[in-house]
Amino acid sequence: MSVIYVLWLREVKKYLRSRVQIVASLGSPLMYLGVLGFGLGPVFQRAGEGKYLQFMAPGVIGMTVLFTAMFSGIAMLWDRQFGFLKETLVAPVPRLLIMVGRTLGGATVAVLQGALIFAVTLIAGFRPASLLAVPLAFLVIALIAVIFSALATAIGSSIKEMQGFQMVMNFLVMPLFFLSGAIYPLEGLPKVLAAFTRVDPLTYGVDGVRGVLIGRAHFGVALDVAVLLAVGVLFVLFGAWRFSKLEA
Amino acid sequence: MSAHPIIRVQHVVKSFGKVTAVNDVSFDVRAAEIFAFLGPNGAGKTTTIKMLTTLLHPTSGALELDGLDPTKHQTEVRRRFGVVFQDPSLDSELTAWENMDIHGVLYHVPRQIRRERSETLLTMFELWDRRADLVKTFSGGMKRRLEIARGLLHTPKVLFLDEPTLGLDPQSRNQMWTLVRNLNKAEGVTVFLTTHYMDEADRVADRIAVIDHGRIVATGSSAELKQQTGTDSLEAAFLKLTGTTIRDESATAADQMRQVSRVWRR
Ligand SMILES: Nc1ncnc2c1ncn2[C@@H]1O[C@H](COP(=O)(O)OP(=O)(O)O)[C@@H](O)[C@H]1O
Ligand SMILES: [Mg+2]
Repeated sequence: MSVIYVLWLREVKKYLRSRVQIVASLGSPLMYLGVLGFGLGPVFQRAGEGKYLQFMAPGVIGMTVLFTAMFSGIAMLWDRQFGFLKETLVAPVPRLLIMVGRTLGGATVAVLQGALIFAVTLIAGFRPASLLAVPLAFLVIALIAVIFSALATAIGSSIKEMQGFQMVMNFLVMPLFFLSGAIYPLEGLPKVLAAFTRVDPLTYGVDGVRGVLIGRAHFGVALDVAVLLAVGVLFVLFGAWRFSKLEA
Repeated sequence: MSAHPIIRVQHVVKSFGKVTAVNDVSFDVRAAEIFAFLGPNGAGKTTTIKMLTTLLHPTSGALELDGLDPTKHQTEVRRRFGVVFQDPSLDSELTAWENMDIHGVLYHVPRQIRRERSETLLTMFELWDRRADLVKTFSGGMKRRLEIARGLLHTPKVLFLDEPTLGLDPQSRNQMWTLVRNLNKAEGVTVFLTTHYMDEADRVADRIAVIDHGRIVATGSSAELKQQTGTDSLEAAFLKLTGTTIRDESATAADQMRQVSRVWRR
């Protein structure tokens, strides 16, 4: 337990100390919020879908959690060669504890970053249906964070070259975001696109957060949470397995 | 002298695809001695250390550390050694004290002992005054000293030092070796170091194994190596043994990343 705790604490401390990085990482969510919010807002409203900010705020929170969590896994590449990772790999403790500590730490950081963006959306005018919805939404957000932290650990354990980083960003993280329905409604999509959105775990994450916060869910919150839990278990097991195979 | 060697390596081979990094290497390290692996870049020093420290499995051959097989008894073996890798493994966003403390937790050192020994070691390695500073503000020499102090926190039987003085100025190098020698005397910890500086091996090590292209070409004290080769300096002995002076081999992928990391991390 203490092993998991110190490794978790390490991630959180580092996050809280990196003020510059925190501010810098707000950049892309703010851009989406600003540009898409103002740019697509009028069209969205004319189509009878209501206020776009209400719709997309949960999506931007989901995006932030995705990006933050995935980045922690990418950082592992560097960490393996020039960082702290090797110190943990030769420690006389089971790899599983190390993986769990790291993943929970990464997930916590992603949730904190998500909370920050949530605050920003509130300032921008986003209004959740009720106050009670907020803690519930954060449970869903935590699930998203664990899923992608675990996936990031799996990827960080599997690729060796820095070039792999670009590949992962272009062919995994961006599609995960764009296919998730974070910035457009899932209703009435072409069949092929609809099929793709359904295999993207973030779809259920964003849908769940949206369902809880503004009462608009495509699949229903119960199904969303069930899918997230199942994927979460699967990805944590997968991440733990890849991490156990890691050779320095 | 203790009867059984603390490290025993027998006919160990490690291949990465077509590259044979370590090619049928055998040697013993005696308890409480300072043992040096001397060889040029790419000789197979780091690969050997990675095998002994449970990070890599040998392709064939037998390894033993304190009577245990690192491939089979990983956890037991890990308790018994401390290691300073060639590349830094500190968390530079944490303080010196935090780095020590996490290590203590990972090695199950009880809190009270953790604190006392951290204080002793940080004082000895002249880092006590800087314990609350982030490691990223440390000089290269300070970082290396901190890594050694950390590696000793759980009172290991063997301390591995992979090119610990690489990139340090002569003064820091001297200071470091004095500290390591003192520790070796005071605590009886076995030191297994690698270097491609001949003067260091000559001055610091009780015994030296000369390794080149994955093979050990000679083992013995500095005096014995000179005697074997009929030379009067280790430099000349090395030349005679390997047919070359110490040179920089072609850069590996890791070397290239190292280059990048130097640029980015000052
Ligand atoms: N993971 C690896 N994959 C492929 N080749 C490797 C790997 N690690 C080391 N090598 C190769 O093995 C040889 C020995 O490397 P190394 O043990 O790092 O030497 P040294 O530490 O003595 O400089 C080199 O030719 C190196 O390129
Ligand atoms: Mg090396």
